Amino acid sequence: MNQERPWFRIVSLFLGFAFLYIPVASLIFYSFNASKLVTVWGGFSTKWYGELLHNQQILGAAWLSLQVATASATLAVVLGTVAGLVLARFGPFKGRTLLSGLTTAPLVMPEVITGLSLLLLFVTMEQLIGWPAGRGMTTIIIAHVTLTMAYVTVIVQSRLAQMDDSLEEAAMDLGARPFKVFFLITLPIIAPALMSGWLLAFTLSLDDLVITSFVAGPGSSTLPMVIFSKVRLGVSPDINALATILVTIVTIGVIVAGVMMTRQQKAKERDAQMALAANQQMIESLKKA
Amino acid sequence: MMRWLQRWVPSGRTLVTSVPYLWLLLFFLIPFVIVLKISFSSSQIAMPPYVPLFHWASEKVLQVQLNLGNFLFLVEDSLYIKAYLNSIKVAAVSTLLCLLIGYPIAYSMARSSTSTRNILLLLVTLPFFTSFLLRVYAWIGILKNNGLLNNLLMSLGIIQEPIQMLQTDFAVYVGIVYSYLPFMILPLYANLEKMDLTLLEAAADLGCKPWQAFLRITLPLSLHGILAGCLLVFIPAVGEFVIPSLLGDPGMLMIGKVLWTEFFNNRDWPVASAVAIALLLFLVIPIMFLDRAQNAEQAEGARK
Repeated sequence: MNQERPWFRIVSLFLGFAFLYIPVASLIFYSFNASKLVTVWGGFSTKWYGELLHNQQILGAAWLSLQVATASATLAVVLGTVAGLVLARFGPFKGRTLLSGLTTAPLVMPEVITGLSLLLLFVTMEQLIGWPAGRGMTTIIIAHVTLTMAYVTVIVQSRLAQMDDSLEEAAMDLGARPFKVFFLITLPIIAPALMSGWLLAFTLSLDDLVITSFVAGPGSSTLPMVIFSKVRLGVSPDINALATILVTIVTIGVIVAGVMMTRQQKAKERDAQMALAANQQMIESLKKA
Repeated sequence: MMRWLQRWVPSGRTLVTSVPYLWLLLFFLIPFVIVLKISFSSSQIAMPPYVPLFHWASEKVLQVQLNLGNFLFLVEDSLYIKAYLNSIKVAAVSTLLCLLIGYPIAYSMARSSTSTRNILLLLVTLPFFTSFLLRVYAWIGILKNNGLLNNLLMSLGIIQEPIQMLQTDFAVYVGIVYSYLPFMILPLYANLEKMDLTLLEAAADLGCKPWQAFLRITLPLSLHGILAGCLLVFIPAVGEFVIPSLLGDPGMLMIGKVLWTEFFNNRDWPVASAVAIALLLFLVIPIMFLDRAQNAEQAEGARK
């Protein structure tokens, strides 16, 4: 196979990943810098972490962001799974094209447009039916669900497209109702995809600045909003410390999820092999008989 | 009676379909109708800061005030046209750069061994999970006058004086390419990974040189992936707000920044809506292309 140019592969991968990771590494490195001038090394120190822990504004915003991200990721996984199932399994139906368009568009729609349109919706709804009264956590959650469920839909839809549907058909033939088939067969098989969908939705929600700025009311500043207003004034070392903490948490989360998924995959393969072996044995014994 | 019931009570299928459908209609499609409506109204100092489009002039006369002024304003004031054109230019150049950088990476990933591939895939997706805002922020520290890059170049003796890199177009390009590169790599990788390598072997057997085989086989076969990757970068990049406001020159005209300023600083909701509608009209066609490309890819995956 195309192995004649390993140097090309190694060089392009090395340069590519250096480009992707050096900026993040520099963030982490300078978070331990004693000097207030972020890029001038003034000795090792962890004082910015201490300062961060006493910054009430950042802590409050982080807490709000965590609540919003948990709620919206959970809701997005439910809605996105249903949408993915409908698109992957229900075949052609009236309005399918519109649904598929509506799930693709939020992925790429410039955030300024989505944010503005959602805010105008909330204002109009408040005038017409009095809900949502004012803007705050509820409106932020709704906006984040709309954005992130699109990602979950794509993940679930492509997982279902790869999945062998003979198991579902077999259960159906044995008399299971569609709901039962979904909860007993489909859901356990696509569970890893749901987990990565939830993680992605969670981090996207935790990270969103533009849409949130439009739909957040006064007094409900999320973490990215606080970071943005600080960063606009220039670099500040406590933001580096915050970045390091976030990167560490995310990396651990992704690695743990990855390891769990690989293990599950291996267990599945083992089961399949054992089933195959058992099958073979049965055939052998039948032949003998 | 039963038949009547069956006819009118929606089936489970319809119910299941309607849940995400209604959500997206209410929170994604209808908002655009409202933006369209408000783009035709005039602004006033109140909350909300615009004149309602419809109002009851007397008991039974519904008066409709359509104000095309906002759109005329966009055409007349050269600032908006310049901002649109500049955004398209920046997005197009960044997309091209992403493709040039992303293609070799995706290609090399797809031709690695299976176990390496999974690790590399994890490494490409990891940035998705780390804060976009903080990754853009990292570039401020690298590009500023006493930043990492200038210090490095000066200590190597390549330059004597720091080069102004932050607050230039260059910084914006770096920021966009850096942030959107995974969006280019992933669809390309997914496409290249599926490719039938025996085609290349056949070409080699028939005396084709590797670069010829690449140009005549690999590249044409990966066009779907190229298209998807380019659209995934181009469409959001046109309306980008965070990157130009953190890394770019404060005077740099980008349509996302203009919309933000109209809305938050000038509090002119109707003009902001008109800017959004004009941007949306421009992006509808690429979005439809993307949806079609993704559906084609899904169908292909299902067939296999």
